[in-house]
Amino acid sequence: MKKPSVKAPKGTLKRILRYVGRYPFSLAGSVLFALLGVAATLFVPVYFGDAIDCILERGVLWTELQYIFVKIAVAVGIAALSQWLSSLCNNRISCNVVRDIRKDAFQKLGDLPLQYIDKKSHGDIVSRIVADADQFSDGLLMGFTQFISGFMTILGTVAFMLVTNWKIGLIVVCASPLSLFVARFVATHTHKYFKEQTEARGLQTGFCEETVGGLKTVIAFAHEEENEQEFNEINARFEKASMNATFYSSLTNPSTRFINNLIYATVALLGAFSVIGGSLTVGGWTKFLSYANQYTKPFNEISGVITELKGAFVCAARIFELTDEPEQPSDENAKALENVKGRVELSNVDFSYSKEKPLIEDLSLSVAPGQRIAIVGRTGSGKTTLINLLMRFYDVDGGAVKLEGEDVREITRLSLRQNYGMVLQETWIKNGTVRENIKLGKPNASDEEMIAAAKAAHAHSFIKRMQKGYDTLLEDGGGLSEGQKQLLCIARIMLTDPPMLILDEATSSIDTRTERKISDAFAKLMEGRTSFIVAHRLATIENADRILVMENGGVVEQGSHTELLRRKGAYSRLYDSQFS
Amino acid sequence: MKKILRYFKPYKSQSFLGPLFKLLEATFELLVPFVVAAIVDEGFGARIGGGYPNADKSFIVWACVLLVGFGLLGFVFAVAAQYFSARAATGVCAGVRKDLFKKVQSLSYKDLDGIGEATVLTRMTGDVDKLQTGINLFLRLFLRSPFIVFGAMFCALFIDPTSFGIFAVTIVVLAAVVYTVMLICMPLYKKSQEKLDKVLLSTRENLSGARVLRAFCQEEDERKTFDKRNGELNKERKFVGALAAITNPLTYVLINLAVIILLYTGAIRVDSGSLSQGEVIALYNLMGQILIELIKLANLIVTVAKAAASGSRIESVLAMQSSLQWEETCEKREEDYVVFDGVGLRYHEGGEAALSDLSFTVKKGETVGIIGGTGSGKSTLVNLIPRFYDVTEGQVRIDGVDVRSKTQKEFLRSRIGVVPQKAKLFKGSIRKNLLWGKKDATDEELKTALCLAQADGVVFEKGGLDALVEQGGKNFSGGQKQRLTIARALVRRPDILILDDSSSALDYATEAELRKALRGLPSTTFIVSQRASSVRDADKIVVLDDGKAVGIGTHESLMQSCEVYREIYYSQYEAEGGSV
Repeated sequence: MKKPSVKAPKGTLKRILRYVGRYPFSLAGSVLFALLGVAATLFVPVYFGDAIDCILERGVLWTELQYIFVKIAVAVGIAALSQWLSSLCNNRISCNVVRDIRKDAFQKLGDLPLQYIDKKSHGDIVSRIVADADQFSDGLLMGFTQFISGFMTILGTVAFMLVTNWKIGLIVVCASPLSLFVARFVATHTHKYFKEQTEARGLQTGFCEETVGGLKTVIAFAHEEENEQEFNEINARFEKASMNATFYSSLTNPSTRFINNLIYATVALLGAFSVIGGSLTVGGWTKFLSYANQYTKPFNEISGVITELKGAFVCAARIFELTDEPEQPSDENAKALENVKGRVELSNVDFSYSKEKPLIEDLSLSVAPGQRIAIVGRTGSGKTTLINLLMRFYDVDGGAVKLEGEDVREITRLSLRQNYGMVLQETWIKNGTVRENIKLGKPNASDEEMIAAAKAAHAHSFIKRMQKGYDTLLEDGGGLSEGQKQLLCIARIMLTDPPMLILDEATSSIDTRTERKISDAFAKLMEGRTSFIVAHRLATIENADRILVMENGGVVEQGSHTELLRRKGAYSRLYDSQFS
Repeated sequence: MKKILRYFKPYKSQSFLGPLFKLLEATFELLVPFVVAAIVDEGFGARIGGGYPNADKSFIVWACVLLVGFGLLGFVFAVAAQYFSARAATGVCAGVRKDLFKKVQSLSYKDLDGIGEATVLTRMTGDVDKLQTGINLFLRLFLRSPFIVFGAMFCALFIDPTSFGIFAVTIVVLAAVVYTVMLICMPLYKKSQEKLDKVLLSTRENLSGARVLRAFCQEEDERKTFDKRNGELNKERKFVGALAAITNPLTYVLINLAVIILLYTGAIRVDSGSLSQGEVIALYNLMGQILIELIKLANLIVTVAKAAASGSRIESVLAMQSSLQWEETCEKREEDYVVFDGVGLRYHEGGEAALSDLSFTVKKGETVGIIGGTGSGKSTLVNLIPRFYDVTEGQVRIDGVDVRSKTQKEFLRSRIGVVPQKAKLFKGSIRKNLLWGKKDATDEELKTALCLAQADGVVFEKGGLDALVEQGGKNFSGGQKQRLTIARALVRRPDILILDDSSSALDYATEAELRKALRGLPSTTFIVSQRASSVRDADKIVVLDDGKAVGIGTHESLMQSCEVYREIYYSQYEAEGGSV
């Protein structure tokens, strides 16, 4: 029911036409068959009128009648066939165009800088690619089918009426926009009620969302009655708003139908007098009446189509807005890095998420192959940011991040990221089987390799207990606990076996006992590999080669665990707070 | 639809008047061809020498005035019909929504786990909306269309019994065609909806998993998956679109065929003098009305079918019986306050046991620590005390009475304070959230609870008890939310306090303060934690491993007797190397 009120920017039509233009034959077919169909359809009542004129009470003109019947059959045949062919073309265009637009939009997703994805509401992006694209397709289909045929019907009918009897024809033509005005009047005056309805609905959905989301808490505190009272109030408000919106908007049809009936009566009267006056036959009169009925219909439809098309344009514009977003710098001129040993360097790096809040300033760091680097610090001190820069999820504002002496902006993302194995605190499980999830980074791995990785991550035993083992489908996390999800993510890394590792709170949700068991596997994995470890639980990083203590985007201390403890600075304060 | 029908009861008159007025409106529409026929037969008089010398002009004028009058009456009746329909539809759905909300709140944890939050939410919002639209349309149009169709048929019977057969056959054939096309298309629509869901899934996943997918360089593979799904959707849509597009041309051909037959047989009888020209015109017009209504009806059936599907989905929620049944009280005299007696629990029949053969007792005022690895059943254990879940074996007793007894109901929801793992706050003020714990708590009581929960600082920082809490507590950090939810549980001065891993977001120092404050309370306290430090001072510690108690006792005794406990302990305290 959301009525987008924003106007589509200029140029939207052009871009839509460019998509539509990819199917020139369907487009031509659609227009051609629509024209043919409408023309044939318009002839049918004419022939029926002629037929009625042949049925005279003083003697039916049989030969003429039979001839007319044949003409009718041909016209009906042509009309039906063209109608169908035209809708086939329309259907093809709208389906293909929406497929193409969706494809382009999705293609774009992979090229957008992560910054955009982090910042934007995912629901909004999804609704652009799914719901907006669908609404656009519906609007396009409706536009094509009804706009062309509606327009042609009006033109054709007017022409026929004017030819048959120009005086009555003129009256009908002049009177018919009345129904358009009435429709418009109703629409503008119901807008207010629709807005109220939308607001009340939003309020209600919000309340339901909150209650359902916290239902276990509601039950625990026996807060049902109070909730019910609040809900009933909101519900009553929605009912009222909905009633108004539904009723007032449903006045359009009766009103326009009333206008049409007035026109019909007028035509009946004037036509009848013309019949008496001899300037019109009875058949011609029936023809006129049936036109008067038919003629006003496309007007109503077209006003509906225009609203629909406007909506479709807005939807298209929203998708284009997405595809117009600036992309991350292309990899085209970058080279693929081979034989990575794991020498990482940060030289004078500046970075911030927003201009007003500088975060990392002039950070330099040099890591030799095989070193284990731990990063500690409070929330917001820049630990995760550092990882974003290493993986080149974000680009630095100043300075450079280098791998094997090469600026990461000059090597392909593929060759950079393939060399890192990453486990994040926020686990992400793909909708698919356990197998697909573990093999994410190495789809062609054998089952033996996969099971070995799962065993190393201590995930094998719980996977085996799942309903279908490795073939269990995981939907929306599939009822796995946060800790189990983390184990799966670790298994992924164990399988890909990359030369460098990034572990960002990788074991935060795993109980300490299991963590200890995995840590052996991790230790083996890290052997000889450059690794970056972010952790809250300091026990997990004590044997790192170097510990970086971060504060406000800068490294305030670095050294080994024992060195840092001896220094009695930021690290030792952090360390002590764990055991107080 | 039986359950939904009940909600029509308060709107009996509206649900009756809506369609009735609609039928009255339709009646006037059906009368129009009769007036037209009368004008031809009575108004024009006999055709003599190419003219109508006996034409009755005043009759024609009055007939046209009658047409206007019909239009006006039709308008008035239509407005009344729209009003009553809207009233009934919004009223019925408000009732459904109210009961749905009540029902959802009455469900148990187990029921909720079974259907899932997202489903519940869709039922309460989207499905009820669809139902409302469906009811409204149904009341307005569902009777009207068949009425016009059959009305036209019986008018034909009235005008000319011989033509009645043509009408009857035409309607049966048309209905069969429309029905067949729909029967074929419906499952296809469903299939294409499923394909769309896949496209949606791909899109959503690529946003939520952007980091992981990029880290594993899966962008290209994901694009291929999307293109495949997008292509399948497109194919499905085109196919069903092409099929559905047959309906209109086909019905058009059939109806025109019927008109030709009608005119032909009519002509024979006009020739023989048993039928007038005006009557033939009336029959012709009636046939035209059938065509328009049948097309409307076909579109309507789709909407109503969707609404009916929503309706039955809603019904299945309304029909749910809370799995919590309260039993007759059976008291047992015992000294211990809380008793777990051979408790076992399986979440799903035939599934892995989440808890098995668990027995231990707790005295009034004692503090019990529950510790164990990820997925060992800690939360499950404490969830049994307030009867969030039912045991599948054994018994949980409080003060000698099974928690499933009727007499416990009140106690469980008012005298137990629960702090769940996931801190949930609700929209409103801080005060409103705290009052969940005790409706009539004074500010003094609130402040005491806040102090105990170490949350007084949070309230101060946010600007007092009336500070705004946004939906889901978005404007509070995890640690802040956690402390407020602890305060909420403490406001009621609970007899039993349950802390389900509820200090995980607090730093060690704050947590220590909290523990100290709680120690002074008279409540019997259960603390679930992964941190050995949190449970160390408890009177009794239950160590869980894979749903079984592997040790029950004090810290000291467990350190000696329980291998698992020792492992947990050392995994956290190793730094101090056994010196503790």
